[in-house]
Amino acid sequence: MVPEATFTSYYGRPVLKAPSWHPADIAGYLFLGGLAGGSSIVAAGADLTGRPGLARTTRVGALGAVTLSGLALVHDLGRPSRFVNMLRVIKLTSPMSVGSWILTAYAPLAAGAAGSDVLGRWPRTGRLLGLGAAVLAPALVSYTAVLICDTAVPAWHEAYPDMPFVFVGSSAASAAGLGLLTAPAQAEPCRRLAMFGGLLEIGASRRIVHRTSFVAEAYRLGRARTLLRAAEGLTGFGIVGGLLGRRRHWLSRLAGLALLAGGACERFGLFEAGMISATDPKYVVVPQRRADLH
Amino acid sequence: MIEDNSLFGPVDAAPNAGDVAPPARVGFFTDTSVCIGCKACEVACKEWNGIPEDGINLLGSSYDNTGALGASTWRHVAFIEQTRPRPDDGHEQVRWLMSSDVCKHCTHAACLDVCPTGALFRTEFGTVVVQDDVCNGCGYCIPACPFGVIDQRKGPAGDRNVGLAQKCTLCYDRLLDDATPACATACPTESIQFGELDELRVRAARRLEALQNAGRSEARLYGEDPNDGVGGSGSMFLLLDEPEVYGLPPDPVVTTRDVMAMWRRAALAGGALVAGAVICFLGGQP
Repeated sequence: MVPEATFTSYYGRPVLKAPSWHPADIAGYLFLGGLAGGSSIVAAGADLTGRPGLARTTRVGALGAVTLSGLALVHDLGRPSRFVNMLRVIKLTSPMSVGSWILTAYAPLAAGAAGSDVLGRWPRTGRLLGLGAAVLAPALVSYTAVLICDTAVPAWHEAYPDMPFVFVGSSAASAAGLGLLTAPAQAEPCRRLAMFGGLLEIGASRRIVHRTSFVAEAYRLGRARTLLRAAEGLTGFGIVGGLLGRRRHWLSRLAGLALLAGGACERFGLFEAGMISATDPKYVVVPQRRADLH
Repeated sequence: MIEDNSLFGPVDAAPNAGDVAPPARVGFFTDTSVCIGCKACEVACKEWNGIPEDGINLLGSSYDNTGALGASTWRHVAFIEQTRPRPDDGHEQVRWLMSSDVCKHCTHAACLDVCPTGALFRTEFGTVVVQDDVCNGCGYCIPACPFGVIDQRKGPAGDRNVGLAQKCTLCYDRLLDDATPACATACPTESIQFGELDELRVRAARRLEALQNAGRSEARLYGEDPNDGVGGSGSMFLLLDEPEVYGLPPDPVVTTRDVMAMWRRAALAGGALVAGAVICFLGGQP
């Protein structure tokens, strides 16, 4: 047990400034960017193993998700008209800089793959573009974990060893969900991917939530707790529904929806916990005092 | 390239940022033991830097109706009223603590390191400044700062920097003209001292010694140690209580100390994803 904390603050005011990010934009982006990348991986797998129906829906899904995520990111800027300033420099110390370049490289590949598939033109080029998108996808879905952890927000920063595993697991589960929802007849690999990604998401998320640290408490409070519990329930249902839905496509589709909703709840829950830990000064002062003693 | 000391540990800020033969690093030493809470620093800062009004409120926190540092508050005077027994007869009396807070201009500045546009940069004086014409208001610097200094300007409508990240520039324009920053110029008690950082460190140590010799054992320095979590700050303080009493983090560490470890974990997770996906598509029934 972590002992009850005594601490002083300045009129209870926050030490940190909580992110100015709007949850719908940024938590939404964390989900949609993950869905896009995961879908490109599923599309490449479907393409290479002869599942054209699954390849098509996930390619289109990847393009839709990356388009929406780009819009959300620009919408969240204080000066949307200056979004192109993201490409002035490349900085490894800035996950947002690295991510901007990843997105810039990824989005045209995803668009080309989806466009070629839907229009039925230049299939070989389309396939190559789709494979290119899949090559960039692991970077796209994992850098966002570094993005939120590379902050002074206590709950995010201390979770940095596990956060990327939640994000890649959740991305895989969400993309598998999209496959189950839109192409249940060809979605056999998605049933396994839902299990792999979903269990990775749930396991890594539990490591964060139940960490024996003072700060981890923020993941077990208020809306963060509600959302993260919902995420676990929905993802768990999605895994089971996917496995039992081989002959029942309605169940596959329902499982797919649950996986997508679970992925969204996961991202919004993690986002919310960060906000809680940034707003209450005790999550800043108490751990820094403890570190003093060591 | 990122070298060992670029992200953590004691370095000289401007040369570490690539500046060849910069002038001596400058900063503030704020001696709170002589602060009288007049807020001349707040006013001078607003006037010189053309900072808009950001709320006229009664906050119910002693004489502090400013609240905290922010996009339109680059100096903030904290007021703390403490009731404690007098040492000689135990009679309860009120002690006032007043302290003018400001951007720390960290040696390792997380706001600068995470800025994706290059809007935040290290000046030749070793200070950290936002370029208003480059910032696109992404807001990443805000949660990166371990002191809660920088913020996004929300209003008033029509102000030319609305939407952008804003904070103390240590009066970069005045430094270029060999002038002292506005707050230090206005301070009537020399609580805010401006100068070369090395000299300020000596002055701070001497002042601490004098206070402790006079029996003020609660006096302590904050932000003066180049071996602390941010490589030492460009603004150091003499405090009369724990830092958190003034709203300062007791032992902050720059988040980017761990950024390379974070990238390694992300790469590992990305690899796990690829391996998992390959197995899911190749294994099992068709």
